[in-house]
Order: sequence, then structure tokens, then C-alpha cells
Amino acid sequence: MAKVAEKEKVQMVDIFIMDKHYQVPEGLTIQAALEYCGYNLIRSVGCRSGFCGACATIYCFKNDPQLRYALACQKAVEPDMYLTQIPFFPTAEALYNVEDLEPKEGENKLVELYPIILTCFGCNNCTKSCPQDLEVMEFMSAAIRGDYEKVYEKSFDCLMCGLCAARCPQGLQPYVMAMAGRRLRGAYLAPKSQHNLDRVKEIEEGRFDAEMEKLKQMPTDELREL
Amino acid sequence: MPYPASMEESKRKVEETRPKRLEKGLLSRIPAEEREALVNKFHPDYKKEQFRELRIGPSKGSRAPLEIADLLEGNSRIDPDRIDLDKVDFDVDVLVVGCGGAGGASALLAEENGANVLISSKLRLGDANTIGAQAGTQACDRPNDSPAIHYLDAMGGGHYVNVPELVEALVKDSPDVIKWLESLGVNWDKEPDNSYHELSGGGASRRRLHSCKDYTGLEEMRVIRDEIRQRNLHGKKVDWVEFEPAIELIMDDKGQVAGAILMDLETRRMTIVRAKAVVIAAGGMGRTHIQGFPTTNHYGATADGLVLAYRVGCPLVHMDTMQYHPTGAAFPPQILGFLVTEKVRTLGAEIVNGDGEQFVHPLEARDTEASAEIRECKERGKGVNTPTGEVGLWLDSPMIDILRGQGTVARELPAMVRQFGRFNIDMAKEPVLVYPTLHYQNGGIVIKADASTPVPGLFAAGECEGGVHGRNRLIGNSTLDLFVFGRRAGRAAAQWAKEVKLGKLTLDHVRKWQREIKEAGLEEMPVSPMLLPNYANQDRPVPGFQPLGQVSPYTPFGDRAIRWI
Repeated sequence: MAKVAEKEKVQMVDIFIMDKHYQVPEGLTIQAALEYCGYNLIRSVGCRSGFCGACATIYCFKNDPQLRYALACQKAVEPDMYLTQIPFFPTAEALYNVEDLEPKEGENKLVELYPIILTCFGCNNCTKSCPQDLEVMEFMSAAIRGDYEKVYEKSFDCLMCGLCAARCPQGLQPYVMAMAGRRLRGAYLAPKSQHNLDRVKEIEEGRFDAEMEKLKQMPTDELREL
Repeated sequence: MPYPASMEESKRKVEETRPKRLEKGLLSRIPAEEREALVNKFHPDYKKEQFRELRIGPSKGSRAPLEIADLLEGNSRIDPDRIDLDKVDFDVDVLVVGCGGAGGASALLAEENGANVLISSKLRLGDANTIGAQAGTQACDRPNDSPAIHYLDAMGGGHYVNVPELVEALVKDSPDVIKWLESLGVNWDKEPDNSYHELSGGGASRRRLHSCKDYTGLEEMRVIRDEIRQRNLHGKKVDWVEFEPAIELIMDDKGQVAGAILMDLETRRMTIVRAKAVVIAAGGMGRTHIQGFPTTNHYGATADGLVLAYRVGCPLVHMDTMQYHPTGAAFPPQILGFLVTEKVRTLGAEIVNGDGEQFVHPLEARDTEASAEIRECKERGKGVNTPTGEVGLWLDSPMIDILRGQGTVARELPAMVRQFGRFNIDMAKEPVLVYPTLHYQNGGIVIKADASTPVPGLFAAGECEGGVHGRNRLIGNSTLDLFVFGRRAGRAAAQWAKEVKLGKLTLDHVRKWQREIKEAGLEEMPVSPMLLPNYANQDRPVPGFQPLGQVSPYTPFGDRAIRWI
């Protein structure tokens, strides 16, 4: 470790992984810092670019016990950081068929599937814990009101890392509920695109088959000309 | 000020030239002959010393990158003489190796077609390159488009060496893939008139890129994953194991693929799966860091599927061509090599050099675009140097809001805005620095249009198969490939499982492989599949300690602290 630091004259930062002290070069992401300390990661690592939610991390500082939240692959280490990786979250998913999700007037499908969301008392811990900075409590309220469009809009950038569920005092799983909300919206409430349905039918009827056969047989020189 | 002073001056030049560039319009596209010459001279695929001929196996004599050749010629992780195949842990119809978009789609279609399905996932269910795909999925569903036009675009992009039957399948299934995903609950972007919001992309002559903002792959993957979970909850016959990759395929005494040996990554416990059909959907190779390039790829992208298939005698095609995405992040160092989606360019941003000058049309096919960037930096010296020793070019993202109205960047590119925003760069107002990054494996396992391979009982789908994209894949044809061939593989594997009669399970193919290695004098090669890269700093390991992952002998990481990714 020291060897690398000397060569590059990199400033070293003190961090604590599961309460154990390490020094790492300034500027590394939390994930890279773990590897720099010698961890060969199996859990808490995925796309390494902020899309999969596998590396959800809770951290605080030596003299500041306030919990903070991040994706380990996206957050650079800071002096005196105390790190805890959250490798796994059991999900308690409601049972549904997407075919049966079609919402009917006067029904709230999401409350039907997840009646427990009615116990939300608005502490806003979910929003505070979201590493994507989503307004989680807002889409929970939207679900309670049956506003599917808002659930879709407000939860769309969710990586399903599970930190909101980790911090909910009522044991709600906002990210799981929102998944059902988005699927319902995509399958039923989004307007149908007729041009796509028409094209699927045309292809099934074999409208393009002759043209495709011709192209498939065509020598490369002729293809280039087209 | 997010950019260091050393880069500020160059950034200012980009701002100064912007109004003139906007007025003048884009550079014209490079003519076909010049394009070939450019790619031949500058694309990493043409660096001869970075490739070698395979010395053993079904594609003996064909060329592969050094890093991939090592893995393909590697020794097995198992000793066949110490494994008792009579103790079967899972007995299923279809085993799916990998669970990204292609594996997920295969599992769903196999289950629908009556098979009992097990998925082996190396990391969590759905943790795959699919989830990081941003720009969209191509489908020729607009009235001014057709399968024929889509076909010609894909063939042209692939330098006309694509397998025609596979391209036909790709384009003809494409509108139905969009419809299918929507029926499962994928939220596609739509226009006010209810048609799909479709952009054009590099090498595509029509607008056919269907998107879900710039989280397209994430949306597709989480819906597929949720559907798998729901079917399992409903008692349907689809199940999975996580953190348990396949390390070797099992065959029967009739030469058919008949299952796999899995390994728990944490406990190293072995699991034996007997399966009437196996679908390999294990993705790409970015984490082998070919030629030392950083990569956009997922942690698990280590070419495992190629190794498994190669060892049971399945040939590979176009293994000497990789895709380098023209716009990987070059600054800040924390996100080096991460994908900056092509959608930034489809929305109107162009790439300019350190003096703010245009040098290439922003929507050339990816190999051409990447080659032009390398030329601009390496030959013409017009790149921008970063404090950590990288070089890059400016992707002038503020052009987007000027061309398409305030708020377009925020609306269309939330993931990108968030990624740069985390490092205090506002890409709606400031350009971002980019350079080519290792992105995609163009070639792979040989398949037919039904996703079957030349080895009986073995199917392949997604990035690990080859032939669909020729020598260069177009934007949005990868996520399409996942679902087209994933669904075909699921269907065909379920059908095969209904008809096949398995013989006695055997690992004789591994014994034979080990004899071949010995005869060719290759016993020193590393074991494979690689499973995971090894980025751990092990400068003082306990003697005899065997790390799980592997460090590439060609591009050792860790010589520079900042490249610790």
C-alpha cells in the first residue's frame, strides 16, 4: 500500500471498514478502497457504475454518528469514514399475475397487494436513505392515493438496492411495492402504440418474407450498393 | 469548479467554438473507403501483436485477443476423477447459465413451454450487463421503417460478415420483443400521439431506438426479474441459485450436453445439475480488460460462457473483434471507462477535440467513431490530458438543450446527469470528457437461428453468442439480441428437453481436454472460467494463498493507485 502512495505522492485517507482501520489513497471510490485494502469482493458488487444497486452502503463519520447512504461504486472515500456494506435484502413480495393487475375504477391495486403501506406515518426515513435521491415517501403517498402515474414517475430511477426498506420503522418495502406499480402502469395505463401492433401483425402475415429472402441471398457487393 | 485548472482552458475553447459549430452543422460522414483505412490503422482490433491463434480446441487456428485465448486454453477448475456424478443435486429440463436479459428471457420462455427450469447466477439474479444498458432497444416498427432496412443497417454496421439467418431473426422478431416487454410491464417512452418515442443511433438509417429514459436496460431487467420471481411464487417450475456459477458442463455418453457443475462462490461447495438442455447466457468479457482498456462492463463479465462452450467442443466465431464504445468517461478518475450513453450523441451532442474543433460526425458506427477519437489523440495530439494521465476528448453535451430546448438533458438523461452530478459536473451546462472504452464482445458461440449450437443439447443467447452483429454491433441491437435469442433459446431448449433421452453422465470431455493441454504443452495456463476479476490489492499475500479471481498477466492493475477499478 505504502509503495503505491510513494510513487504517486497520493494523499492518504483514514477509513474504517467494519470498525477496522485502513489507509487508502484519496479519491478512490468506497468500492475501490475496499479492494485497495485487500478485499476480493463477491457480495456488494455488481455493475460498478451506479445501475444495479448491489453495493448499497451505510456510513457515518468517526465523530458524527448520523447515518448516511451511498452506492459504494459511486461515492469517493472521505476522511474518518466508517463503512458498512449492505449485501443482501430479503424481499417479501406480494403474489400477483401481471395479467390480473388491470386497475378498475374505485380500486387501489397497490393497497390491495400491499395493505401494509397504509401504516406509513410519514417519517421520511425512506427518502433520506435513497442513494438515488428519489422522493420515496412521495411515491408511497401516491400509492396510497392510487395515483399510479406518480408512482411510476417518482420511482422510475429506483435501482432496488433496498436501503429504504432497511430504514423503514414500519417494515415497509417501498422499492418492492413500486415495482408492482410500475409494471401495472407499463402494461395497462401507458397508451398502446398502434404502429407497433400493426407491424407485428404484418410480420406474422409474412408481408416482408420475400424481400428478406432476396436480401439474404444477395452477394455482399450488391448489398453494399443498397 | 469541477474541472482542474489544467483542463479549464480547453473547456473554454469548446464553449467559444460552440455557437459557430451549431450554425455550421455537423461534419459530413466519412466515405466508405476512408472509413476502412481509418479503422484498419487505429482500431484496437487491428493491433496484430495483441492477438494470437488458438492452439487447441474446436476453433484451433483462429485468432483471439491474448486475454481471451488464455482463458479458452485454460485448464478446468475440477478434477474429473474426484467427482461422483451419481449424486445429483438438481434434476431439471433446462439449466440456464447466467441471468441477464437473455438468461431471464430464456428461463421465462422455457417455463412457458413446459420445462422445469433452473437458473445459475454468478452474482445476484439480474446483476448483468443488461442492467447498465442505457440508450435503448432497436425495433423496426415505424411506418417508414421495415425489417429490410433494419437488416441492411445491421449488416452494414457489421461489415457484412454477419450471419444472414441470425440478422433476419433479429430484425423480424424486433417489434414483437417491444410488445412482449410492454405486456410484462416495461414502461417505454411515448410521444404525445401515443407512438413510441424513438431516436436514431449510430449506423441506423431510421429512428428505431425504443427507450426508457436512459435506464432502458434497468427497466427491462427489473421487469424480467420480477416476472421470474412471481412465477416462482406462483409455484411455476422456474427456480434459481445465486452466487453459484457454472464451472464446467456435464455431458452424457452420447455426446449430448447434460448439465453442469456449479460452485458456491463463498463456500466453494459443489452442486451437480443434471439437465436435458443447457442455455448459456453468460454475457461478455469486459472484465478481462483486453489491451488494458477500462470497461463499461459488469463485475461478472469474464467470458465464462465462451470457456464452458469451447470445452464441450463448440466453435466460436469472430472472436478477434471487440467493441470499444466511443464514449467512456475519461474524467473524473472515479468513473474512468464508465459508459456515457450514445443517446447523448443521438440527442445532438458532438465530440470535439481539445481546441474545440470538430473532427468526426458524432453518429458514425462505433468502430469508426472510436478509431477517429484514437487518431485525434494519438496521431494528431489534439486530446485533453487529465491530471491522472488519461487522455480524452470533449463530448459537448450542452448542445442538447440548445438544440432541443431547456430541460431535455434532465428529462432524457437522468442517469448520466446523476453520474456526473455526483462529481459536481453539470452536463447540461458543461461538456464531459470521453475516450473509447471496452464495451462489447461482437463475436462468440456459434448458433443457428433457433439459438441451438453445433453441440447437441447446448443453446446460447445474448452477448456470449456470435454472428448476429458481424464485426461491429450497432447501438440498441444488443438489448434486442438478448430478448430475440433469449426467447428463441428458451423455446428451443424446452422443445429439445421433451424429445431427448439422456445417457449416462460423464466428464470424459474434461479428461480429453486435459490430455490435449498436456500434449500441446499448455499445462502452465491459468484455470478457467475466470469467474471474477481480482482487483484486490494483494501485495503481501500469505504464501500459498489462492485468490478466487484472476489478474490479467498483460495488464496488471495496481501499478497506479488511481486506476484501482
